[in-house]
Amino acid sequence: MNADVCVQRTRHPSRSSMALILFRAFLTCPDACVFQMVQDPTQFDVLVMPNLYGDILSDLCAGLIGGLGVTPSGNIGANGVAIFESVHGTAPDIAGMDLANPTALLLSAVMMLRHMGLHDHADKIQTACFDTIRDKKVRLKSLLGGLQYFCSFKSKFQTMKAACL
Amino acid sequence: FSLETHLLPRKNLVAPPARYGGRHTVTLIPGDGIGPELAKHVCELFRFCCVPVDFEVVNVDSTKTSEDDINNAIMAIRRNGVALKGNIETNHNLPPSHKSRNSLLRTTLDLYASVMHSQSLPGVRTHHRNIDIITIRENTEGEYSSLEHESVPGVVECLKIITRTKSLRIADYAFRTAREKGRRRVTAIHKANIMSLGDGLFLECCKEVASGYPEITFNSMIVDNTTMQLVSRPQQFDVMVMPNLYGNVVSNVCAGLVGGPGLVPGANYGENYAVFETGTRNTGKSIANRNTANPTAMLLASCLLLDHLKLHGYASMIRKAILSTITDSQVRFDQCYMQFVGGIQLLLLRPALYFDITLNMSSPLCSSCTLLIWEVRAPHLKWSSPSWMQSRAVDLAHRDTRNQMTVRLHLSL
Repeated sequence: MNADVCVQRTRHPSRSSMALILFRAFLTCPDACVFQMVQDPTQFDVLVMPNLYGDILSDLCAGLIGGLGVTPSGNIGANGVAIFESVHGTAPDIAGMDLANPTALLLSAVMMLRHMGLHDHADKIQTACFDTIRDKKVRLKSLLGGLQYFCSFKSKFQTMKAACL
Repeated sequence: FSLETHLLPRKNLVAPPARYGGRHTVTLIPGDGIGPELAKHVCELFRFCCVPVDFEVVNVDSTKTSEDDINNAIMAIRRNGVALKGNIETNHNLPPSHKSRNSLLRTTLDLYASVMHSQSLPGVRTHHRNIDIITIRENTEGEYSSLEHESVPGVVECLKIITRTKSLRIADYAFRTAREKGRRRVTAIHKANIMSLGDGLFLECCKEVASGYPEITFNSMIVDNTTMQLVSRPQQFDVMVMPNLYGNVVSNVCAGLVGGPGLVPGANYGENYAVFETGTRNTGKSIANRNTANPTAMLLASCLLLDHLKLHGYASMIRKAILSTITDSQVRFDQCYMQFVGGIQLLLLRPALYFDITLNMSSPLCSSCTLLIWEVRAPHLKWSSPSWMQSRAVDLAHRDTRNQMTVRLHLSL
């Protein structure tokens, strides 16, 4: 429960080059964190933790927002090396049938663009993606346990392309 | 609907003998934070209900490094056989040789099974409904073996111990519990894809025990998928058995799903001893001494204690009172009252209003009017802006002829 000051350089062109972020370091056990997370996830912003707790908590958070089909992720290494991936399964039964939900990989690509500094493109694609999901005409079906994602990919992609241009 | 006990009677586990005129002696360890006030509530409740239980209070000072306090507590539990405890704080600033007092208690007394029954309570608004999960957590080994060393500065090794004996024991406990309570499915939670030796052994032991219980379906699930399934579709789980650390996380998720740490009791069972506490084992330092802690978890834990002592009449009376309080349709969860057979009504009220409370004094059990005011934080209130209810004044209004007294409570936020 210490108050700490963190200085973070932001690369976003619209903000100042050095942003001072004041945060309260929450030292909390994973058990205390999880029941707060389940009851009120909005109190959390950024969480940092070791490997195992991260595995458990990241999947818990993914479950809260709608599953692995809409969750982007990235693995950042030293010297700017990074791999961005979607963490859902391979779903071989719907492969090649134009049914897979591209949201997770698309948002991971958005993360990649931000990492590379291409914020304009990232914003465009992200806005298009969210608008498409919000649009009731395109129905996204996803089954959380079976990791199978059905989506009318073609129509979604076309809507997104139209929104981007 | 009924709040069931998960008491598992075993042939060689005998409740401690009643002493001194039919009264049981139970060790009470108040602990830190909200522990002492919750313990006080339990004592007062038992006094009013005339439960034949005497508490032997043993205080454990968490600031001291010497282990005398906790050893006294362990000796008292050995003497009495059962205990009710609050959580003892573990100070992280003390050297690593200072072990967690709670974990020392559990391992010394070999309380190998930590059982938590998370049930959706009617009257408590949660996102998911109809949850009924029993989480059985191995309590003595796993990641909590306290075996850590730093051979090279800056590189710490922490040993996670999984043994065949203890895994078989906890799996057997889980399946026996499932059979006794008529449950259909046991799910083992693991991370055997990464820890293939440790969790692989645990899983193998569970499979071995499962073969002896053909009427119960056994399946396994990886812990990260489990937490995701728990927040999306928790109704698919029935009984869950898991090693120590996953048990900690998963049982807390289940507690959060049914309404929070203030509602779920927990029990630690061993071969010879049983210790009851709140399910999520929090000290609650931030809400200590403000008369705002939710007593439900500790009261339900005391009901489990009474069931263990075979005082089922008292246990069901208190449970019924708690349940009727929570399910009363006129009462929202941010106000609740406890009504006991015997007639004393204890109130927690809506903020910024005053209420007329009727105390039924006609019960022969109560000789004096004592008003206990418990204030409950509503689970729907955001944690970032809690509104605490403070009782400011109690006015004694009048006493009517039906042996009842009406009291007016003024509350303000």
